[in-house]
Amino acid sequence: MTDMTATYAALEPTRAEKFRQRTVPLILFAVVLLVIPLFNPSRSMVTLLNHMGITIVFALSYNMLLGRAGLLSFGHAVYMGLGGYFAVHVMNWVAEGSGFWGSVPIFTMPAFGFGAGALAGAIIGWPSCRRAGTPFAMISLGVAELVAAAGFMFDSLFGGEMGISGDRMSGPEFVGLSLGPVDEVYWFIAFWTFIGVLGTYAFTRTPLGKLSEATRDNPERVEFVGYSPQRVRYLVFIFAGAFAGMAGGMSAVQDEIFTPESLSLIPSGAILIATYVGGIRYFTGPIMGAIVMTYMGSNLSDYTVGWLLYLGLMFVGVVMFLPNGIAGIVYGTADTIRAGRFKEVWKSWLIRLVGLVLIAASVITIVEVAFRWSEGYGEVFEPFGLHLGTTNPLTWVLGIVPLVLGVVLVLKSAKGESK
Amino acid sequence: METLVFALLNGVIYGLLLFMLSSGLTLIFSMMGVLNFAHASFYMLGAYLAFTIMEGTSFWIALFLAPVLVGLVGMVVERYGLRRVHAQGHVAELLFTFGLAYLIDEVVKIFWGRTAVNYRVPELLDFPLFTLYGAQYPAYRIFILFVAAFMLVALWYLLKKTRAGLIIQAALTHPNMVGSLGHNVPLIFMTVFGVGCALAGLAGVIGGNYFVTDPAMAVQMGPIVFVVVVVGGLGSLEGAFVAAMLIGLLQTSAISINASLADIFGFLGLGPDTEVGEITIASMAPMLPFLLLVLILMIRPRGLMGEREV
Repeated sequence: MTDMTATYAALEPTRAEKFRQRTVPLILFAVVLLVIPLFNPSRSMVTLLNHMGITIVFALSYNMLLGRAGLLSFGHAVYMGLGGYFAVHVMNWVAEGSGFWGSVPIFTMPAFGFGAGALAGAIIGWPSCRRAGTPFAMISLGVAELVAAAGFMFDSLFGGEMGISGDRMSGPEFVGLSLGPVDEVYWFIAFWTFIGVLGTYAFTRTPLGKLSEATRDNPERVEFVGYSPQRVRYLVFIFAGAFAGMAGGMSAVQDEIFTPESLSLIPSGAILIATYVGGIRYFTGPIMGAIVMTYMGSNLSDYTVGWLLYLGLMFVGVVMFLPNGIAGIVYGTADTIRAGRFKEVWKSWLIRLVGLVLIAASVITIVEVAFRWSEGYGEVFEPFGLHLGTTNPLTWVLGIVPLVLGVVLVLKSAKGESK
Repeated sequence: METLVFALLNGVIYGLLLFMLSSGLTLIFSMMGVLNFAHASFYMLGAYLAFTIMEGTSFWIALFLAPVLVGLVGMVVERYGLRRVHAQGHVAELLFTFGLAYLIDEVVKIFWGRTAVNYRVPELLDFPLFTLYGAQYPAYRIFILFVAAFMLVALWYLLKKTRAGLIIQAALTHPNMVGSLGHNVPLIFMTVFGVGCALAGLAGVIGGNYFVTDPAMAVQMGPIVFVVVVVGGLGSLEGAFVAAMLIGLLQTSAISINASLADIFGFLGLGPDTEVGEITIASMAPMLPFLLLVLILMIRPRGLMGEREV
């Protein structure tokens, strides 16, 4: 028997490594958040950035369940919605300004959302978290439907179809931020996004965070070691609900309104897609997914009515071919370059890239032409001055030839890599 | 009495439709261990295909052709989609079907537009069959009853009394053994997936004109079918039947009850003008299946007739 403790100690990363791997990325993130306003982004850009911040926190909270604990939830928007609703109510109490509420700054709304989300998680999580896997997914679906239906039923709490609106200008100012103009809201969102990222990251370093991963991989073994997987899931669920509620509080201040729609299956599905496309196996995956999806959601919808179809195609494509998502591509590329293997693989990567571009060109042609055809206004898809009507043979050529070529190229590069 | 009889009849018909949908889902679940999230989308596809075929030819051709087409689509999905994702585990499979539901919804919107299509009951069946308590009862509903009952018996016969059914049942529990005996198990899986989807398509053909054929029909039906399958016990056809009937009757009878919560719980001091007291049983009907789901999963996690815990 050698001295086991000594070997374990040697495995621990050095202080320099810890600093480089854990602290530096957070500092960089904070710097990015601080630097963005120096570029004088437009008002709509700031609004987009604010929504990105909210979605980042929401996606990270969702990944506490899906990626870390292996719990697939179809109703995570419930906790963001309930947290947000509570924050809007608090905002209205602040606006009335009597007693204690008169002294609460609007800046602290995400903290209230955090509390409400945690409470909702604690109540709903109790029956939900007894099992993982399919039953958990189904209960989350049922609960989401129930809460959304209740949202439309109790008007005094949820405001019916119109929702409930608040006023972020009310209450005392906090460090000189009136929260009136969006660029002041930016600082608010930046602060809480950082707190959210820091909080969810810190959570992964706690014993509970580690145990949640162990429960995902092997619940039986966790039980043998002496922990209850149920309790681990339940506690993780509460924290995930809390951070989702925090995102709700951020959203309440940014948009100043919450509707029962926000509790429904639609936003729950959207955050599932954003998180998965980003990459659930990496901490930064959901951040990337949130940024890309928010950007797509706000910009792509201006260009094409078919953006939901593109979203669906992208999601199915990621599930089938890229289970590690965007983060998987980013880190995979970085690792290959760092290992000095770039020279060996760049040819096959280039072939794959060309193949993917060709496939994308075909898919876009098909989808755009099809949507214009189905709307029946006689509108014609005209990219780069081309006139692609349904009767134009070029349309069919563009819809089929690049697709076939692209698939051949991608298969070829996949074959080359497996050798 | 009157309302009770009508609620019973409509409830049984709705329940049979639900069972037609959930039987395919249950078969697929017990085979692959994955809940097909896109199942209701195949139901919608069946309704839309039937609408198009009916415009060109007649309802009777649509009744046979549309389910077959939907089944073929299902087979292609299994062969080139699900089988690929299978290696990555159940969560990936569930997510794949989730994305597929998105895609089918959007494709349906491309082909048939965003509003409801005029998919009607065929003229041959568009007459009141009998009069009950002064109200006429449409023949088409009885037709649904017969188609569903016929399908039920056919499915039962196929699974329990034929050699093909024997092999399928064996492949569900012991795929490796069945493979060793020389049967093509992947082909069996593909076929069962196709048949399950075809059943959903059939439900769409006869349900699409009973309800409304619009792009939202999958989203409306999907969660309820899940509830049926989970409440009945995952993988149990008998359980799915009982749960489908239960939910069908529960929902249709709740719609016809006009009482509010204040009428029922008034003795507890719940006033008729309060927000909770104002809620009627009828307005709660869409929530009931989900309430049942949560209750069942809390009290009896394996469902009414499931053999294993989900």
